[in-house]
Amino acid sequence: MAMLTPAETRRRVDASLRRRYRSEWLFRLYGLVSVLLGIGFILVLFTTIIGNGYGAFRQVFIKLEVQFDPSVIDPGGTRQQDTLASADYAQLIKTSLSTLFPDAEDRASRRELNALVSSGGAFQLQKMLLADPTLLGQTRDVWLPADDEVNMVVKGRDGAQRLSDRQMAWIQTLESSGRLEQRFNTLFFTAGDSREPELAGIWGATKGSFFMLLVTLFLSFPLGVAAAIYLEEFAPRNWLVDVIEVNINNLAAVPSIVFGLLGLAVFINFFGMPRSAPLVGGLVLTLMTLPVIIIASRAAIKSVPPSVREAALGVGASAMQMVFHHVLPLALPGMMTGAIIGMARALGESAPLLMIGMVAFVVEPPGGPMSPSTALPVQIYLWADSPERAFVERTSAAIMVLLAFLLVMNAAAVWLRSRFERRW
Amino acid sequence: MRLTTLVLILTAMALAAFYLGRNRAVAIGGGSGKARLLHSLPKYYGYYTAMWCVLPGLALLLAWTAFSDTVITSRVIESLPDSLRNQPEAQLGLTLNDIRNLAAGQMVDEARRPEFAVAADLYNNLRLAAQKLLSGLIIAVSFLGFALAWWGVQPKFRARNHVELAIKVALIAASLVAILTTLGILLSVTFESIRFFRQVPFDDFLFGLTWSPQMAIRADQVGSSGAFGAVPLFAGTLLISGIALIVAVPIGLMIAIYLSEYARPALRRVVKPVLEVLAGIPTVVYGYFAALTVAPVIRQWGDSMGLDVASESALGAGLVMGIMIIPFVSSLSDDVINAVPQSMRDGSYALGATKSETIKRVILRAALPGIVGGVLLAASRAIGETMIVVMAAGLSANLTANPLESVTTVTVQIVTLLVGDQEFDSPKTLAAFALGLVLFVVTLILNIIALQVVRRYREQYD
Repeated sequence: MAMLTPAETRRRVDASLRRRYRSEWLFRLYGLVSVLLGIGFILVLFTTIIGNGYGAFRQVFIKLEVQFDPSVIDPGGTRQQDTLASADYAQLIKTSLSTLFPDAEDRASRRELNALVSSGGAFQLQKMLLADPTLLGQTRDVWLPADDEVNMVVKGRDGAQRLSDRQMAWIQTLESSGRLEQRFNTLFFTAGDSREPELAGIWGATKGSFFMLLVTLFLSFPLGVAAAIYLEEFAPRNWLVDVIEVNINNLAAVPSIVFGLLGLAVFINFFGMPRSAPLVGGLVLTLMTLPVIIIASRAAIKSVPPSVREAALGVGASAMQMVFHHVLPLALPGMMTGAIIGMARALGESAPLLMIGMVAFVVEPPGGPMSPSTALPVQIYLWADSPERAFVERTSAAIMVLLAFLLVMNAAAVWLRSRFERRW
Repeated sequence: MRLTTLVLILTAMALAAFYLGRNRAVAIGGGSGKARLLHSLPKYYGYYTAMWCVLPGLALLLAWTAFSDTVITSRVIESLPDSLRNQPEAQLGLTLNDIRNLAAGQMVDEARRPEFAVAADLYNNLRLAAQKLLSGLIIAVSFLGFALAWWGVQPKFRARNHVELAIKVALIAASLVAILTTLGILLSVTFESIRFFRQVPFDDFLFGLTWSPQMAIRADQVGSSGAFGAVPLFAGTLLISGIALIVAVPIGLMIAIYLSEYARPALRRVVKPVLEVLAGIPTVVYGYFAALTVAPVIRQWGDSMGLDVASESALGAGLVMGIMIIPFVSSLSDDVINAVPQSMRDGSYALGATKSETIKRVILRAALPGIVGGVLLAASRAIGETMIVVMAAGLSANLTANPLESVTTVTVQIVTLLVGDQEFDSPKTLAAFALGLVLFVVTLILNIIALQVVRRYREQYD
């Protein structure tokens, strides 16, 4: 190899340096782009869901002059409770609509007219009358929920193809005469599931999730803390304890659907527990969150310095007293943080719940942990599968509610950690 | 007597036992404040008596709830007329169900017959009698336990040691729950799988190329005979997980590198928790996002390029799953990159290497085992992920490597086989458990390897 002149060396080094700096710059760019991509995904996800879902918090109502006509509701004049309850309230709405729009004469156009008001309107009238039977024979202005397609049009969500020109004209008339109004959608927060998007709500699913989390919390927190205490403070070093430890780490990574199979085979088929019950869901979620809580609790116990233990033992406490009087109170905030994070994960979990029959269509909000119900994430799954386009809005709104719950729980965990975290 | 009443009574008895036991200890020990003669603090004597009051009764209650129904049912079966009693097993089960429903007050059409009414009456009577007997027995046993413990409260008696032993047993029991869970998973899945493999040969399942589980449950139904070759499912799972890893590993790794090596601490403090939001979003939300937003976009994009894209393409599900596991990969890589000792970086800089050269040639090489472990864990996550694929991937078991086509996965099939009507003897239902077994074993192996690799790597630099 020939000797290079200094100038040539300089030139080569400069060239390679340029190349190396360029690749340095590129590499750094890749990193930045990756971070931006990650943040971008979050932004896209949230804007899609909020953009799709904010509309569901408003609901369109139509004001109708309803005459509680005794000849329709109670033709026999018996005033019996069950006659009043089973009367044809939809007829009242139909009559009111056709007096409002006398131009709808043939059957087809009348059917289109009646389709403007939700089928839940009849239930609303029934409830009104049963609560106040003196309404019979009177005429009242009533705000009734509009049909989901009307909702879509009024909210400007481009549902027009499903509605005929006549229906659009009626909606315009209603709007210009002040008989159409958007209000806060309380029904969404207070109703159970329904086949009609405008009547469907998340209360039933929220209650189901609540009962499930209650069962999970009451079982997994004591069990998890107890297991962590034993493993950290009392367990001898032997093969059994090793097996338990490996086991817990592996359980934390077992796919959630496998826990669903376990629940189906053991709790439902073997022990004969009822399907679709929050109790079974809570049991399955307990087994799922247990490893999370054990791992977090062990970390919390580990962070308590040995000097605390030695001091307790030094003044004559027994090992059990040392743990329960001194170590546990100091480790409790960390354990609670872990428990909240575990609960948040359990709240968002849906795959194992599909296995144990919590996907049933349940209208009535559950009365307790034994009655059939769905859970919030499962409700989202069910609505996402529904063909009605108005459910897109509901699904996104339900997701917003679920994310809000998760946000609150995680914020609580962060707050707990910052409030009680101690550096020793 | 209702169960809740019984529990309330037991609680009251336990409280009373605590006070009686404690008071006796105080009295024997020479009055309050002068309890020097006692071995333990007076409250431990209280705990001890309360413990002996509750535990035997509780054990009895548990044993009873486990066995009473079997006993009662067999008594009811004995009482049935021969024509009903000698039915085949499945038919007898249906009859018993009807009787139970009738006993619970529900009207069952087929159960209008007098034999059923008699049996239901017997069932109710037996249950009532059993409950009465149980309540009496439990209260008696509790009282006996209390009396013995109370008698045993003596100054030299080591109450604390006994109570602490009981607590320790409870702690051990709690840590055994994890083992029981694993055992439960293994047993339930294996047991049903064995039943499945009795009907469908093992080779056909593991190596068969056709998957069409739709088969006639009843003899009069129209349906194919069912084919249970799971290879298309494995291929579909691998395809979607592969796409997810192709998305997640580079992005997640680069995020970890950027945040730990380049970003200023202030930026890192902000960006890290923001990215962790991705990990906290429920999978059902990702599934909805994949089905509603990503899949149509991919379809449009494919149409504009003249490609034929299925509306439930593997690409859509894989992409979104990749997004889901980005934070997983990045936080694991972040850990291992931070564990590489600073001296190795300094050595590399001293030789004149640029930052990116140091990262590529020193840090990544040193961190490789840990990163591989993280990727394995991410892969096991992707394979076991359910909701995204249930909502965004297809049901048809195509054996293809084309990401634009629709494929199905193991988890999707488990869900579709088990949601809805089930017949627990049909291979269709049992197949779900066989798939679950495969899923469990594969993820278990991946996890064990990954945890081993990561642990060994950590030890290397600790």
